[in-house]
Amino acid sequence: MEKLPVKDLQRMAAKGRLLAVDAVHTAASGHPGGSLSCMDMLTALYFNEMNVDPKNPRMEERDRFVLSKGHCAPALYAVLALRGFFPVEELKLLRSIKAHLSGHPDMRHVPGVDMSTGSLGQGLSTAVGMAMAAKLRGSARRCYAVCGDGEMAEGQIWEAAMAAAKWKLDNLCIFVDVNGLQIDGRTADVMPLEPLDKKFEAFNWNVIKTDGHDFSAILAALAQARENKGAPTAILAATVKGKGVSFMENQAGWHGKAPNDEQFAQAKAELEARIKELEGN
Amino acid sequence: MAGKIATRNAYGEALVELAEKYPELVVLDADLSGATMSKFFAAAYPDRFFDCGIAECNMTGIAAGLAADGFKPFANTFAMFAAGRAYEQVRNSVGYPHLNVKIVGSHGGVSVGEDGATHQCIEDFALMREIPGMLVCCPCDGHEMRLAVEALLNYEGPAYLRLERPATEIFTDETEGYEFALGKGAVLRDGSDVSIVAAGIMVGKALEAAKLLETEGVSARVIDMHTIKPLDTGLLLKAARETGCVVTSEEHSVLGGLGGAVCEYLSGACPVPVVRHGVEDDFGRSGTANAVLEYFGLTAEGIAEKARLAIRLKK
Repeated sequence: MEKLPVKDLQRMAAKGRLLAVDAVHTAASGHPGGSLSCMDMLTALYFNEMNVDPKNPRMEERDRFVLSKGHCAPALYAVLALRGFFPVEELKLLRSIKAHLSGHPDMRHVPGVDMSTGSLGQGLSTAVGMAMAAKLRGSARRCYAVCGDGEMAEGQIWEAAMAAAKWKLDNLCIFVDVNGLQIDGRTADVMPLEPLDKKFEAFNWNVIKTDGHDFSAILAALAQARENKGAPTAILAATVKGKGVSFMENQAGWHGKAPNDEQFAQAKAELEARIKELEGN
Repeated sequence: MAGKIATRNAYGEALVELAEKYPELVVLDADLSGATMSKFFAAAYPDRFFDCGIAECNMTGIAAGLAADGFKPFANTFAMFAAGRAYEQVRNSVGYPHLNVKIVGSHGGVSVGEDGATHQCIEDFALMREIPGMLVCCPCDGHEMRLAVEALLNYEGPAYLRLERPATEIFTDETEGYEFALGKGAVLRDGSDVSIVAAGIMVGKALEAAKLLETEGVSARVIDMHTIKPLDTGLLLKAARETGCVVTSEEHSVLGGLGGAVCEYLSGACPVPVVRHGVEDDFGRSGTANAVLEYFGLTAEGIAEKARLAIRLKK
């Protein structure tokens, strides 16, 4: 597949947002807030950055991806479906006993999912293992992960961060979705994590701060990460929780709540308007 | 072969011996390679050995990532930290995705000795066998350990392997008819009055107990149940039917381990008296390994006493 340019990435991300919110609404449960905040980085990865083949999801030389903040499965599933790993219609079966799209990513049943995640703090360690595996095999493939900012409170994240630096995993690049909110409120109140850049720098990582909703900036950060040698990269992406749905934006209350019919109708209208606007460009 | 060796040493030697034959084997440790004996592998194959530092949870996740790529990682630390501290990582990052990771818990049970309760894991069988799809294995001597390591290298899926600290006699190599297969117990001695089903270093003590009982005119069958999950239910059912009562013996809490597994099965299949021998809902103690084992009654005489009770309980 051709790498999508910025304008198309924007359009794809808007579609992904609509699919993710639609799925959460249909399931009547799920995590819309963080799914919307990480949608742009996921779209950039799957439609521009990563070497993957939807027809051959287990292709050995594919780049690997771990959604360490596994509760944002609606975003990952939407992007995988749009990329062609499974039919978009299946998103309607999110969290249903009838289907394979469990509440958190399941590598055994969802095509395109490289690691089962959901318990926060664990995904990054598995991504470190995958990056080590690529080095062991002398492969040029890369490994990506998306972590939450609230997830940074898990001690295991920093165990993994130390290990990734020890083994100089320059084939590992993670996004931290810095939306500033978690279930109980502002990360600054629940467990302050700043200065996050200095923390990762102190752990000997290459650190890039970027706007997590600006595709040009995201692609530039990914390119810089690819060029960096001898250390893993953390892209600290400033985002808006609930991005793209006005009443969800910057509201911790939308972390893990499904919209009702009326709310969904409004969200749908806003996102459809956005898609139309982008298609008109 | 005879002689004494700790199962942890036999394990460490087996890894080195099997490394060429199994190029996908990689070994991880969490700053205990000198105790878990992964140090032999580290010295021989430094490019395939990863010391993750004192960070067992991360080590478990790294092993999962390596397994997702087709490697056969063996992740080593003390049983307490492998099965205890990193329990949820083993459950969610290894067990749930059913990855081919071998979690190796060294220094299982109270025979750790002097380090005391914080380092004496007597819950690992219970914790690990609760995880769906997880194989749980605890070999009884150095010879069996070598066979178990190779069998695990050929077994696709998550598994927990317990190693023990003290040097113990090797006997399975000289036991007539002995064969090793994961999931299949081995009858080391036949008997008709009671079946003693044991794992790990308690198997050797069970054989001693059988000799003690013989002097009293009691015929005891001894089963080496090295694989606690999946349990060899066929062998167990036969033993329960033929001997009418069972004693389980393990260097583990009497709650949830081999004894628990045997009771769970037999209560629904052949409800004969089962007497569990192990640590009675308590923490460990500091002392020499033998002193601690004696303190908890984890001796041949302790097993014989349970066997006498089991026989009395038969109708």
